[in-house]
Amino acid sequence: MGATNATTMFQRTSLRHWLVLVLVLLIAVSTQLALEDRIYTPKPTVPVSVTWLRSPNLVRNLTLGYNAVWADLYWVRAVQYFGGTKLSTDQRKSYDLLYPLLDITTTLDPRFNIAYRLGAILLSEGYPSGAGNTDQAIALLEKGMRAMPDKWQYLHDAGFVYYWWRRDSATAAKWFLKAAEIPGAPNWLHPVAATMLNEGGEHAPARALWEDMLNNAEHEWLRQAARRGLMQIDAEEHLELLRPVMTRFHDQTGRFPKTWKEVVDAGLLRRAPVDPTGYMYELEPETGNIDVGRGSYLYPLRTRVPGT
Amino acid sequence: MRAALIVAGGVFRDSIRERVAYGLVFFALLLMAASFLLAQLTAGQDVKIIKDLGLAASSAIGLFIAVFFGIGLVTKEVERRSIYSLLSKPMTRSQFIVGKYLGLALTLLINLAVMAIAFYLVLAYLDATALGRSKEAWDAPALDPQMLKAFLLIGVELLVMTAVAMFLSTFSSPFLSVALSVAVYIIGHFGDELKRIGEVAESPLLGSIARGVYFVMPNLARLDVKSAVVHAVPVSASYVSLAALSGVLYVGVLLVASTLVFSRRDLK
Repeated sequence: MGATNATTMFQRTSLRHWLVLVLVLLIAVSTQLALEDRIYTPKPTVPVSVTWLRSPNLVRNLTLGYNAVWADLYWVRAVQYFGGTKLSTDQRKSYDLLYPLLDITTTLDPRFNIAYRLGAILLSEGYPSGAGNTDQAIALLEKGMRAMPDKWQYLHDAGFVYYWWRRDSATAAKWFLKAAEIPGAPNWLHPVAATMLNEGGEHAPARALWEDMLNNAEHEWLRQAARRGLMQIDAEEHLELLRPVMTRFHDQTGRFPKTWKEVVDAGLLRRAPVDPTGYMYELEPETGNIDVGRGSYLYPLRTRVPGT
Repeated sequence: MRAALIVAGGVFRDSIRERVAYGLVFFALLLMAASFLLAQLTAGQDVKIIKDLGLAASSAIGLFIAVFFGIGLVTKEVERRSIYSLLSKPMTRSQFIVGKYLGLALTLLINLAVMAIAFYLVLAYLDATALGRSKEAWDAPALDPQMLKAFLLIGVELLVMTAVAMFLSTFSSPFLSVALSVAVYIIGHFGDELKRIGEVAESPLLGSIARGVYFVMPNLARLDVKSAVVHAVPVSASYVSLAALSGVLYVGVLLVASTLVFSRRDLK
């Protein structure tokens, strides 16, 4: 009996020692991790290749029925990759892996609706806020059309890319008319296409499209993109109103203003103009060009994106 | 039959003792952790991802139990030499095989049912906490009963894989049985590709081999409707019934084959 008690006591003491040792090691590891960044020079960052395999068909076959989970994983990687690149301060940053990630996501799960729709927005968004690659955006949407021919939204989005980013109203209108032919498509697609053909690059059809997306899109991210698009149109309209002001200042003084204060002091504006997010517009004293600020949520406007 | 049921009861009790339920705890923790984390990372796709993850985890955990416990059903009894005392009782070898199989099948199906309940509970939580507008982005309601069809076919897949593992373990070593079970699982998911090879191969011999393998191996890809139910693609009752029936028939074939091999096995 006494021997049993002694053994139990020994086991308890031994267990306690082990627990203390584990605790001490955990504290040591945590302390080292916490101090590492402060004491040592940060590890040089190596560009990380996030696409582990680039062949979509091979990836799909290799998943053994778990393709949807892999698609989710690639989707999370795509969103993180886009966010990480967008926030990067690297002047030469590139979104090169965004399309392969979205392509693999949609190959693994061909009915991944948001990957097509949001993916097209992220791909077409002007560089450096987005990849600025409308060809890839259209390719992704066309893939969605092949996977789900009953989704008029993909044709609508393709029309939108043509209209908004490529400023090709004629092709955009064709996409909208094709979208209107799909059963279940809303009846406003026809009038929008007609307006586009009549008004070309004016703001009204674009505003109507963004408002429609804001009111009807099922995903919050798409609605957020619509809010941003509407604010960009507002900013473009502001700039159109401000340009004559700059001309008048030039006429009065023979030069362009260095700051907005000079324009206000000249009595041409009541206060320094700000974009719809409250960020002050930037002006170039040499040329008199005005634009949204580089730090603004609305930068770049499509009028400033090369190739649009 | 009574002898088989007694063996089945023993297997079920053993599996509880061997902590099969740990898999369930892992499943529940995985789903709960994922449901809280994913909303931050996935651009409004948390319900879709929870569904994908829950169905995949149910299948993977069940598969792990089916293969590793399925192989141990016969081999453990032989290694421990407890097979001699079992077979000295009024019980045939076929009753032994069927009883062992039924015991693990019961364990797996109860496991799967518990995972399905945990899965629906997590989805009910997400459904209750989601804002009305965000629900519009879901392809199907969070608590879509159609997902039960996927669970049903996962159950059939697990029954098939248990039968495969047990059959292989009647004539090969545990290590080889695991390797062969994994091979069958992989080939089972390439069923349609095998059929296609048979149709497009230039060599008639290769085509015949591929076609032969296609007909002999279980077509596990047919039992996979996980993606379809998550995206609310209709899965007809007739499809589910036929796929389940072919799985059950395959189990029957394997049980007969296991009995035949085990009956002729020299256990000395």
